Amino acid sequence: MFDLSSGKLPWLVPATADFRATLKALIAAPGPVPAQDLVALAAQDLDLNKLTSLDKAVGKLAGRIDGPALSPLKLALLAQATTDYIAPAIRASALRHGLQVETYVPAYGQAMAEVMDPGSPLRGFGAEMALIAETPQSLGLTRSFIDAASGAAAVASATATLTALVEGLQGAGIKTVILQTLPLPADPWAGQYDRRAKGALAAQIAAVNDAMVDLCDSHAAVLFDAEALSALVGRANWHDAGLWHRAKVPFALDYVPLYAEKFAQVLRALRGKASKCLVLDLDNTCWGGIIGDDGLEGIEIGQGSAQGEAFLAIQNYALSLKERGVVLAVCSKNEEANGKLPFEQHPDMALKLDDIAVFVANWTDKASNIQHIAKVLNIGTDALVFLDDNPAERARVRMELPMVGVPEVGDDPSLYPAMLAQGGYFETVGLSADDAQRAEQYRANAQRAVAMETIGNYDDYLRSLDMACTIAPFDAVGRTRTAQLINKSNQFNLTTRRYTEAEVAAMQDDPACHTLQVRLTDKFGDNGMISVVILRKDAEPDAWVFDTWLMSCRVLKRRVEEATLATVVEAARAAGIGKLYGDYLPSPKNGMVEDHYGKLGFEKLGPIGDGGTRWVLEVAGYDAPDLPMTLAVQTPVSA
Amino acid sequence: MDTASIKEELVDIFEDVMDADDVELTDETTANDVEEWDSLSHVRLIIAIERKYGIKFSNAEIEGLKKFGDIITLIQTKAG
Repeated sequence: MFDLSSGKLPWLVPATADFRATLKALIAAPGPVPAQDLVALAAQDLDLNKLTSLDKAVGKLAGRIDGPALSPLKLALLAQATTDYIAPAIRASALRHGLQVETYVPAYGQAMAEVMDPGSPLRGFGAEMALIAETPQSLGLTRSFIDAASGAAAVASATATLTALVEGLQGAGIKTVILQTLPLPADPWAGQYDRRAKGALAAQIAAVNDAMVDLCDSHAAVLFDAEALSALVGRANWHDAGLWHRAKVPFALDYVPLYAEKFAQVLRALRGKASKCLVLDLDNTCWGGIIGDDGLEGIEIGQGSAQGEAFLAIQNYALSLKERGVVLAVCSKNEEANGKLPFEQHPDMALKLDDIAVFVANWTDKASNIQHIAKVLNIGTDALVFLDDNPAERARVRMELPMVGVPEVGDDPSLYPAMLAQGGYFETVGLSADDAQRAEQYRANAQRAVAMETIGNYDDYLRSLDMACTIAPFDAVGRTRTAQLINKSNQFNLTTRRYTEAEVAAMQDDPACHTLQVRLTDKFGDNGMISVVILRKDAEPDAWVFDTWLMSCRVLKRRVEEATLATVVEAARAAGIGKLYGDYLPSPKNGMVEDHYGKLGFEKLGPIGDGGTRWVLEVAGYDAPDLPMTLAVQTPVSA
Repeated sequence: MDTASIKEELVDIFEDVMDADDVELTDETTANDVEEWDSLSHVRLIIAIERKYGIKFSNAEIEGLKKFGDIITLIQTKAG
């Protein structure tokens, strides 16, 4: 059953009966607790009491949590309602997504004052992100008006308050501001006429929600659509007037786990940790029946039977994910020829072989095959979601590869698209033109791998690719993708510094910054923007320092970094710069670029910080290499 | 429903909500007697009971609850 109005999260495995006993045992045992264990505990469908207990347990384990599975995040919660239930639930749900969240909540009704006061505890907390969760009451939206003008005035006043909060938070250095929409009331004012009455409370609330969308666009803020959540579970269920009067709880407590999970999905996406690839089983997941036994004529797919339509809907859902850049892969226990047969010959298949970036059909265990898929695509296993109708396969993959998202889809294929969608694995906070191309790029990469096998000599191979590299300063058109790369790239990233879209925009006009966005096309397709470099003027007058240098792993070993450096040196010479400094700051994921500067001919100056190194290049002594690509450089208006 | 079986079920709910074990609960127990029983956990307790028995309490009824025995009596009245 898929009943979100019950407050359950059906795509997660049910909580174990001994959940509290497990927590107690964790606390009682001495020594470090693997962060991974907490992620696994949180990955269950936990009700509010269990979320509260888990959060309490994590508090007691402070200082003993060990391992790279959790990364810290400081969040300010500016809610004009009781947060005592929401805050622990958000912290516990975020564990599910690899985030250990610390929250700060201003005293009731003090949010605006703390935002505006430079000496406030909110400012001192150092939040990276802030959630603005107003209520209609707190924004003065309390009654319906017979005249539209009075309603419009109330909307304008509410919008002004929200704008002031967003600008105040951003002015206070909180990079990411999340605006929560206002759920519409369940009960009518004038009845069926409400939809047409501009002064109705519902119309005012809808108008403020629209204003929030505009605010997100104009201020590079992020939307959290609580109104959509209330509609999902039913507004009459969502609102609990008694609870509001009694305890200023803004919605029925049964939905706190759903609310917290959806919010944690947004936090995960903001951290660039959203999944990138959907791995599909074949038999009884992409079609009904077993291709090896039932043959092409025996499997159920397409119009004509309820089952066939359900499987077609799954395929179409997968294609809708591919449309926004999610990579599709296949992992099936089958003979490869059998597994591919429907893709090649069945007329009712929506998925074609060209849609699948990596196709693995063999008799090896699925956990190993999934690891292989991650390796071929050059992404972490935490970026994979595995869809399989077989509960045993799901359980095994969960056990072997706990970072892989494995929705507990049950046995009714009609529900699989909803399970994937509500699971929020591929949550995003923005879509760029490059997203649409990404799946195609991964597929083209697989072709390149095949091409290389037949060519042999690597330089010949690179030349055969007909690469064209375009380098330009940051601009408005590329900004969303630039910010996305800055926030998502982990492996080829020298400093792992994260910047918001607003900050990226500011750098564009900052005379102390020299910025580069790098694009690459080749004969297999357009890779889009694949590298971002930010240089800043150093304290030393004739030097620049690389603040950020990152590159998508899709184009590793294509000598793009050499083309980038050649361009930087040319710009440096033009600006009278003699030295380029570069830092390597280690993270759990960027070991591959430890010797990046060394390979490019920089001289090592020595260690900095926690295991980092500083390097220098004398511009005068640099000779540009002969590169296997054409290079088009667009010079900035001012550097 | 008989008092004993309601009480048994309530102890389970109580332990789950309060995240506490082996709490001594008698008809006369009040929030003052249990450390974890504060105004916040009380709201969660009420919601958990409502869900368990498929009933809904009014604020007036909730305000009338002074001790553990009151909760049992109210459940019997509402759930029949």
